[in-house]
Amino acid sequence: MPILEGQGVNKYFGGLAAVSNVDFHVDQGEIVGMIGPNGAGKTTLFNLISAALPISSGEIRFKGRKLNGLKPHQICQMGIARTFQETKVFGNMPVFQNVLVGAFFGSTNHVTQAEAAGETTQALEFVGLSAMSETPVKDLTLANQKRTEVARALATKPELLLLDELMAGLNPAEVSEAMELVTKIRDTGITIFMIEHVMKAIMGICERIMALHHGEKIAEGTPQEIAANKKVIEIYLGEEAHAGS
Amino acid sequence: MDITQFISTHRKLLLVGFLVLILIFITTLPLYARASDVRVLTTILIYVVLAVSWSMFSGTTGYMSLAPAAFFGLGIYTMALLQKELPFFLIIPIGGLVSFAFALLVGLVTLRLRGIYFAIFTFGLVIFMTEIIQFLETRLWGKHGQAIIPIDNETLLYTMLGLVVVTVLAAYLIRRSRYGLALLSIGGNEEAAEHMGVNTTRTKVFSFAISSFFMGAAGVIAAPSLIYVNPNIAFSLFYSFMPILMAVFGGMGQVYGPVVGAVIFGYLENTLRAQLYTYFMLGFGIILVAVILFLPNGIAGLVPTLQDKLGGVIQKLRKGGQAGQHADT
Repeated sequence: MPILEGQGVNKYFGGLAAVSNVDFHVDQGEIVGMIGPNGAGKTTLFNLISAALPISSGEIRFKGRKLNGLKPHQICQMGIARTFQETKVFGNMPVFQNVLVGAFFGSTNHVTQAEAAGETTQALEFVGLSAMSETPVKDLTLANQKRTEVARALATKPELLLLDELMAGLNPAEVSEAMELVTKIRDTGITIFMIEHVMKAIMGICERIMALHHGEKIAEGTPQEIAANKKVIEIYLGEEAHAGS
Repeated sequence: MDITQFISTHRKLLLVGFLVLILIFITTLPLYARASDVRVLTTILIYVVLAVSWSMFSGTTGYMSLAPAAFFGLGIYTMALLQKELPFFLIIPIGGLVSFAFALLVGLVTLRLRGIYFAIFTFGLVIFMTEIIQFLETRLWGKHGQAIIPIDNETLLYTMLGLVVVTVLAAYLIRRSRYGLALLSIGGNEEAAEHMGVNTTRTKVFSFAISSFFMGAAGVIAAPSLIYVNPNIAFSLFYSFMPILMAVFGGMGQVYGPVVGAVIFGYLENTLRAQLYTYFMLGFGIILVAVILFLPNGIAGLVPTLQDKLGGVIQKLRKGGQAGQHADT
């Protein structure tokens, strides 16, 4: 059963269609990947799901409930958490405080001080940042800032986690660690929808992949099917190979 | 025997003792000081309320509000218009509520503006208030300005002191609460805060209104010593800029920053005004530039630096192992 479902999703910026008539679904417990060249509309689609942008037409459903017209904080409280392509952390606040925000405000029920602190500690331990909980986030490495974002998202107790280029800018060792983290999150029962350019990561951990190009969905399938898809190779993988990465 | 140890273990006690001493000093001042000194102290306390309530919203969220004068002036005018109908102590919360309601209304419309646009709007709000009251006075009421019946200096001092206590306490409790955390997260990255479940609009509008409540209440208590007000006096932009300068000067990372800033600046203003008359702003400007250049985190920002340095010195003197922990606290 799909936990997240989109039908005929459109987003126009002026006359330009950033996302055009995209149907998609994410099943409970899956890790679904989204690939595509820069400007394909991947982040825009995430922004539509998380209500950072209003949808132009079509509809998105989460657990059968329509998301159209909701505010970002309501989406989060329903159980969809996200991270950002360019990290958006509370730079001057310590790591612990960053995650605490998610623990306090991520659900509609009233969370006590002790519960929030407990969840924060747990989330930090889960992503491996316990040792740095008092450090201001702006002083962390990019990889650890991204971990903070993941911990913050986890503290909101999501059922679905949207990861926007978690691996971008990380070195190979950090990429492997991040891959491990993503599978570990899924193993706790959280469904994952991720945008990624790092092929090794996306091919390695996703069960299903969809490819966007110019706002349209051009392919969908298992990693093997995507890797063999002519259109994808031509538009995306080929270009990547050409770029030598 | 070990003084640093004593300070770090009895921190709260020492702080409370220090605060009680200040309160005793202020409450007993009228017994031995001149009336002018009492007035100066009351003015300083007004600044404390304005600076603390300004940083309650603007210091945490980073939304630069230039509107304190609008809410302060509303308080002054509430007092001017109601003084004959109601007792003074009842007008104080009413003045606060008038400002609160007005801020709520304004906030709902304007808090979607970000950065410089919000600052410009709030600046315009003060001018708008001046003009609208001027219009009402000349066209409808047929007079210019309002006379305010004076109240004795001691009553004003004690009432303002009460308001300072309430304001500082509110600022402290807000900062410690989840609500304060939400405000800080908005200041850190509003978009991220929104996506972490913070209802940013509600949080911003409500805290803007709360901070305006204290400004309005301060206006009511400040009004009697003015004796006569007109819109240009009540809504003087001076009351918008002073709290900001004081909060920046004192440092906004802690609640006591704006308090310290307001006390020092309020005192400086009074002495400089007495000696330099209208040129006092020149002295002010120089001091402010120096603070921004050399103390970017304000006076309050000095404290951790000094603690680090002192801690280091103590550690060296002792050559002992246990000294390290004081440097951290």
